[in-house]
Amino acid sequence: MESSELLTVIEPDGGTRGIEPALSDERLVYCYRTMLAVRVFDDTCMKLQRSGRIGFSIPNKGIEATQVGAASAVEKTDWLFPSYRDFGMALYHGITPLEMMHNMFGNAQDSARGRQMPVHFSWVRPIHFYSISSPIGTNIPQAVGAARAFQRRGSDRVCLASFGDGGTSSLGFHSGMNFAGVWKAPVVFLCQNNGWAISCPADEQTASDGYAIKAVAYGMPGVVVDGNDLLAVHQAVLDAVQRARRGEGPTLIEARTFRMGGHSTADDPTRYVPKEELEAWAERDPVTRFEKFLERRGLWTPAKKEELWADLAAEINAAAKAAESTPKPGLETIFSDVYADIPAHLRRQGEAAFDLAKRRGEAAAGDGEFPL
Amino acid sequence: MPTLTLVQAVNDGLKTAMRGDPSVLVFGEDVGPKGGVFLATEGLTAEFGEERCFDTPLSEDGIVGTAIGMAINGLKPVAEIQFQDFIFPAFDQIVSEAAKLRYRSGGQYTAPLVIRTPYGGGIRGGLYHSQSGEAYFAHTPGLKVVIPSTPHDAKGLLLASIQDPDPVLFMEPKALYRSVKGEVPAGDYRVELSTLRRVREGKDVTVFCYGAMVPVAEKAAAQAAERGIETTIVDLRTLLPLDEAGVLDAAKSTGRVVVLHEAPRFCGYGAEISALIAEQAIEYMEAPVRRVTGFDTPFPNTLEHHYLPDARRVLDAIEDVHGY
Repeated sequence: MESSELLTVIEPDGGTRGIEPALSDERLVYCYRTMLAVRVFDDTCMKLQRSGRIGFSIPNKGIEATQVGAASAVEKTDWLFPSYRDFGMALYHGITPLEMMHNMFGNAQDSARGRQMPVHFSWVRPIHFYSISSPIGTNIPQAVGAARAFQRRGSDRVCLASFGDGGTSSLGFHSGMNFAGVWKAPVVFLCQNNGWAISCPADEQTASDGYAIKAVAYGMPGVVVDGNDLLAVHQAVLDAVQRARRGEGPTLIEARTFRMGGHSTADDPTRYVPKEELEAWAERDPVTRFEKFLERRGLWTPAKKEELWADLAAEINAAAKAAESTPKPGLETIFSDVYADIPAHLRRQGEAAFDLAKRRGEAAAGDGEFPL
Repeated sequence: MPTLTLVQAVNDGLKTAMRGDPSVLVFGEDVGPKGGVFLATEGLTAEFGEERCFDTPLSEDGIVGTAIGMAINGLKPVAEIQFQDFIFPAFDQIVSEAAKLRYRSGGQYTAPLVIRTPYGGGIRGGLYHSQSGEAYFAHTPGLKVVIPSTPHDAKGLLLASIQDPDPVLFMEPKALYRSVKGEVPAGDYRVELSTLRRVREGKDVTVFCYGAMVPVAEKAAAQAAERGIETTIVDLRTLLPLDEAGVLDAAKSTGRVVVLHEAPRFCGYGAEISALIAEQAIEYMEAPVRRVTGFDTPFPNTLEHHYLPDARRVLDAIEDVHGY
């Protein structure tokens, strides 16, 4: 486990040097399908955003193997503390494209009731996919606290906290890693080193030799893994998860990958990412690489890809249409869920807002009905 | 009924909560075997073990961040921030995380935790052991802010806070930790949050205050009485969500109001009380609302007795609004 050598399983030609994957053939194909679903979802959201139908999205292109490889190493009873660039973790564990689209459109069916920006997902089933925050690194100590709760109950569940290379500079990274080390908390820290924190490259983020080495100072193993290699990520995360389940404490995993799109739909990476760097990483595309692996194993053919892409596009487009035509949240959702019970001052503010909306003829059906 | 100091009442409240509910945990810096720098957690590790009362690394962000993680996963954390002055590294976790979690997750995740922290001046603590930062937190939707001023309320409000489904910042007036004593019921009882306490009834002037300023107001009211002015004193107890109806009743009953706090004046909590009265009870007012507060400066050390409002300044304000 304790190695600064890059862990790789799948070679560029799709071979594995005889290493048998820890996943069944059926699971391997499911992982591939999930990676492709992320790509189609991304593609659809980009079009929706460019045509003004949604306000914002986060591209995941290039990171799919890290997301899906990690997701495939945890059980549904474990808890995910994701970053905003973790669509693959949600899809892998059975969050549907429709549920995700409800969030992208911020409609009444959105699990967060349209209160957050797109991409800030939150679910408790079929897996705990913890509510995403925009400030970086805040999820890290929270994952450690949730892990401590598992520890206290004598449960063998674990928490997986995910963040980017920029996240390692945050306050939460330091406090979370430190507490986890001291408590031997059952948590796996997944640093998705995608090369760029918006426009800041790694050498502006840290003077250390990569990120995994930071684990040493917190008294835990640090592992570097090829983040574009689904099997390598799966293996590294699985080892760390099992270690945590055995009560041996936390692990930091640095997955070296590359964000092939912008930070968000509001970002133009051609302004700062050198063209050669993007081209070099495009040759290591994680989806293509996994395809080659599956083809060599006789589990996949290029013809199947077109069909799958078309199926996924149809499903995701239908989800977008359904989400777009779902009503927006009622005015009362501004005032509910602030507290368990609506206090008097919020009730008064809500009533004033409904009254104004009514007088202006802006009230929709159901507005003004507090859930009380 | 036993007579306890305020800090003993806090300790009794923690023990009562921990005896009644095994999911209640207490942690923070030096709260374990040492029992906290003010001994608020004395004896907890001995009675409940290191699993339920333990020291943490020196990181307020880590204390509150991990407390949130425990709270979303079935525990009831009562975290201590050693001095309120040290809370700001955890500001993000309190304001942007704990307070917003129910809202941003559509109620799927909630953070029912309590953060206890001693606040305020009067112990010669200078800039960083004296601050009264309630206004920063009272501006935060989703958070509850509670400040007791008596041993009875300290225990009853703490027990209510620990059982509350929302995150509570429980600010303890350290100047009163050992200077006030009172009868405290044994066992479990609750003082309902968002209910103020009428400390004293008088027909002429109403003084709104909380925490360490309550005894100051009482002293000033006694002096005012000698001069023929009858004062109502209101201890707000919960700053957020505020008992607005109670505030308006008390303001209307005299039509003359003084608001008292030791925090700086500008955008301080007194501004909210004053604005509430202006918006909803202006026709009852016989005089402008007067504020008696700390100065708009950092908290001084040697001259703290000039900075902190005292009975002399409060009496001056009472006389001022009475004679308006």
